[in-house]
Amino acid sequence: MSSILIIVFAPLLAAIVAGLGNRAIGNFPAKLITTGALFLSCALSWPIFLTYLGGDVPAAVVPVLQWVQSGDMTFDWALRVDTLTAIMLVVITTVSALVHLYSWGYMDEDPDQPRFFAYLCLFTFAMLMLVTADNLVQMFFGWEGVGLASYLLIGFWFRKPSANKAAIKAFVVNRVGDLGFMLGIFGTFLVFGTVSIPEILAAAPAMEGASTIGFLGMRLDTMTILCLLLFIGAMGKSAQLGLHTWLPDAMEGPTPVSALIHAATMVTAGVFMVCRLSPMFEAAPDALTVVTFIGAATCLFAATVGTTQWDIKRVIAYSTCSQLGYMFFAAGVGAYGAAMFHLFTHAFFKALLFLGAGSVIHAMHHEQDMRYYGALRKQIPLTFWAMMAGTLAITGVGVLGVFGFAGFYSKDSILEAAFASGTEMGRAAFWVGAFAALLTSFYSWRLMFLTFWGKPRWAASEHIQHAVHHGHDAPDEHNPPAQENADMGDPHHVPSPAHGDGTAGYHPHESPWTMLVPLAVLSVGAVFAGFVFHHAFIDEAAFWNGSIVYNEHLIHALHEVPLWVKLTATVVMLIGLAIAWMAYIRDTSIPEKTATQLGPVYRFLYNKWYFDELYNLVFVRPAFWFGRVFWKRGDEGIIDRFGPNGAAWVVEKGAVVAKRVQSGYLTSYALIMLLGLVAAVTWVLF
Amino acid sequence: MIGVEHYVVVSSILFVLGVLGIFLNRKNIIVILMAIELILLAVNINLVAFSAFLQDLTGQIFAMFVLTVAAGEAAIGLAILVIYFRSRGTIAVDDVNRMKG
Repeated sequence: MSSILIIVFAPLLAAIVAGLGNRAIGNFPAKLITTGALFLSCALSWPIFLTYLGGDVPAAVVPVLQWVQSGDMTFDWALRVDTLTAIMLVVITTVSALVHLYSWGYMDEDPDQPRFFAYLCLFTFAMLMLVTADNLVQMFFGWEGVGLASYLLIGFWFRKPSANKAAIKAFVVNRVGDLGFMLGIFGTFLVFGTVSIPEILAAAPAMEGASTIGFLGMRLDTMTILCLLLFIGAMGKSAQLGLHTWLPDAMEGPTPVSALIHAATMVTAGVFMVCRLSPMFEAAPDALTVVTFIGAATCLFAATVGTTQWDIKRVIAYSTCSQLGYMFFAAGVGAYGAAMFHLFTHAFFKALLFLGAGSVIHAMHHEQDMRYYGALRKQIPLTFWAMMAGTLAITGVGVLGVFGFAGFYSKDSILEAAFASGTEMGRAAFWVGAFAALLTSFYSWRLMFLTFWGKPRWAASEHIQHAVHHGHDAPDEHNPPAQENADMGDPHHVPSPAHGDGTAGYHPHESPWTMLVPLAVLSVGAVFAGFVFHHAFIDEAAFWNGSIVYNEHLIHALHEVPLWVKLTATVVMLIGLAIAWMAYIRDTSIPEKTATQLGPVYRFLYNKWYFDELYNLVFVRPAFWFGRVFWKRGDEGIIDRFGPNGAAWVVEKGAVVAKRVQSGYLTSYALIMLLGLVAAVTWVLF
Repeated sequence: MIGVEHYVVVSSILFVLGVLGIFLNRKNIIVILMAIELILLAVNINLVAFSAFLQDLTGQIFAMFVLTVAAGEAAIGLAILVIYFRSRGTIAVDDVNRMKG
């Protein structure tokens, strides 16, 4: 098990070398070191996972350093490996290694490559620290580390104001969640007297309903409060409804970053945390209801918004948000295995979709608006097939009992678990999840049809125009701000009259092999991950071996659900596909007509349920107002005025008076001397 | 009978005149020198009067010292004054304010 040390610390070393070496060591060595380290980690992770897949392997703890010894609180820096960690290890290292390789091609023209690769490696290290955490503080360290890396990578193109804004937004929104997480950790330490995860989990079941905490005059169940606080942390990191607003904006970052951090790994940290602490959550049924509710709500919300967006990356971002909702309501109904299984398969197909989208964007000269795509199937066939595999996986295509793509198994087991849980909230989550699955199918196929089918609509794109007129190799800004324009929905281009076929004479090019290999590998994952692993993840208690709460009863009920429940996901998938086909292939005027007919509804969805506007009004504006009051009135008006400026004023005015005393006339000096003498004599005599 | 208090009153009047001569004088620096002489003489009168009154010669000897120092002071003061007049062309007190910062 000591290979875990290499797995975790190789990326850190590579990050340090590439980050500090930066320009001094050059692009190629930096890329080689970081990518090499990740492939090494990946190669070492799979044997560990396969060992656990065999079943009945106990958890291992590898100590690294003694960390804190302070009064009652003692904990070490130790790497804990069990089934749950092993799953996360392969997900993280595999996707990260492939994303590193992919970035060779995608970031080829970027002047800052060592920095980019160092950040990616740093992120991987922090994420590995998070999943191997043996105590809550170490988990928090990784938690903040990935937050930092996410901030740095979203704002990687720091010359772009929108990227900086998005980075700050991600950081600030995550702070809200992190505050909850921190309070949860404090509270857990207060209640359990330790931050060691195994000890907490061992003590948790006995705590169910055992004590209450007074808050604002209410008596609240201790475990419920702790779990809700921890869940707020998970909501922030996993972009659940309420704290989700940062995720779509995070698409300002380079596409490989979106694939690694904002699809496959970091955003699933919340799900991981809930599963890791599942015994705690099991001891707080009310908190689990909240988890189910938030998960289902996010799932529905994000799916509805995803149907209306035009930016290819934003569609996938909302899709990620929605799939995270599935994972949370699976955890909420007690099917932690199903949640982790969906996390596992989702990592493959969502990373695949993002990297595929990156390949499309690369081919289309950084155009991200799907309205300017079309007919790319023949132009970039390999990317097309990779995206196809991803779409088949996410929409859950499969035949019951024969074969299915990855999402077929994981999404179905989540829906079945929700149905089988028997609670009202579970049933509601099932229906919401089924409807979201319909929407998932619709927006995924909409993306495919808009991008790869139909007629070319590239001529109207500024980026394509730019590419055609300035030569293909002309240095351009990366991800220029077109996506802002696209977002506003203005028709900002004039079609070129020269080429009637809509191509504007542009020929998309297939991506280099460094980008296609990761797509191919992930396609394999998206196709087979579900089929190969679903038995272990869903059915085998021995596989989990106590690393999560394995609800035998629920799994039994899950298999006993009526046939129509099992078929629901497939049916709604087909309906979604049919609607997408009708609207985007057969009669392309339908979307516009529908949008006009459903005016307010469409605008509501298109503007993401007005969450950003609401937050602007409720939080951002008042915060700015407060800031301005404290700045103008408080700081400048009181502190500056009576503090430094006041002192300066006194000195200035005093100097004017003192200047008059020093007249230079001998007589006045003599007078003052005399007065001083008189005063001194008076003092001595009396 | 003329007692010691009469001497003290005279010397006080002379002393105050000297001091006021320094402060209130707006004319020229010679007046300041003269005022200083006046102060010293007032002190001398005091010394001599008390010396006679107390039957102690020390005061009169001290008065001699003061006279000597006063003569020297007057000589140096007048010398500085001459030099000053040469370089500045005036000895009006109002113009002598170069000690201002």
